[in-house]
Amino acid sequence: MKILLTGFVLVALTLTGLAMTATTTAPESTPFDVMMSALTHKRCVNCHPSGDRPRQGEDSHTHNFNVQRGIDGHGVAALQCATCHRPENNDFAGVPGAPHWHLAPREMAWEGKTRTEIARQMLDPDRNGGKSLDDIVRHLTEDELVLWAWNPGVDDEGVPREKPPVSKQAYITAVKEWAAAGAPIPQTAD
Amino acid sequence: MPTTFTINNRPVTVDIDPDSPLLWVVRDTLDLKGTKFGCGKAACGACTLHVDGMAVRSCAFPLKYAEGKTITTIEGLAEGDNLHPVQQAWTEMVVPQCGYCQPGFMMATAALLNKIPNPTDDDIDANIVNVCRCATYYRMRKAIHRAAEISGG
Repeated sequence: MKILLTGFVLVALTLTGLAMTATTTAPESTPFDVMMSALTHKRCVNCHPSGDRPRQGEDSHTHNFNVQRGIDGHGVAALQCATCHRPENNDFAGVPGAPHWHLAPREMAWEGKTRTEIARQMLDPDRNGGKSLDDIVRHLTEDELVLWAWNPGVDDEGVPREKPPVSKQAYITAVKEWAAAGAPIPQTAD
Repeated sequence: MPTTFTINNRPVTVDIDPDSPLLWVVRDTLDLKGTKFGCGKAACGACTLHVDGMAVRSCAFPLKYAEGKTITTIEGLAEGDNLHPVQQAWTEMVVPQCGYCQPGFMMATAALLNKIPNPTDDDIDANIVNVCRCATYYRMRKAIHRAAEISGG
């Protein structure tokens, strides 16, 4: 009897554990969730910093070498992004690159923001550079700098950089579905 | 595939793998040894030269991006026998210790003075981020200000 009870408890605990695991690791479901799982990833947020210095690396540390935003997001007078970054990754040197490599404007700082705050910010013409929803969708789904997140190359030790947790195609589909639905921002989302 | 560009006022065409770092083309093919290899990661700045007047880290600059561009190395900074103000100031202030990183610093400084003729200390901190293992930063800062004076900044 004791053995049976122990077995029952073990099975119950295992099932409970599985249920908890299933709950906590449930795949992102709504287009908003899928889109935001990419936009809040370090590959995006590192260049949407809250201050005037970009972040870099898997731990999003402040960019080495005192790199700063400058007037237009392309760096300061003699230390431009293009001093080191080219229009494509340089996997020999471990320097990432994509066309028009630069920082997002201050008004589009995402670092430290919630998903709903980021979404409101993206849709606010006063902060998004006067972009329409169509413009935003184009930027999010066609801009080579944005899509670089799925082709991030390797770091200076040859280690591949982490990609966003959803595939590029799933992300693009999600952005378009979200926009087609009127770009809803869930009230319950954080 | 040949790549054509101008370096130190001299037109050149090289037929080398277009993904080769410009640094090695400059040093090994064109035999301009002033530009130095330091880290190979665009981090230290020893390989700094100018592409169309902008400072770039040549160790991480594939040759193909040099096509049609105007490149200046430390050997081309002077105009004939007239040293560039940065070179004059570096000499006056006896900046180098071992000297290895200094061409990169001078090229970075020349690029800075082109954009900001009379830089403040903050400008220098923000723009000149090369690395010197002899720690000649104090003398370099003085030399940068002196170069600005010589340039009339």
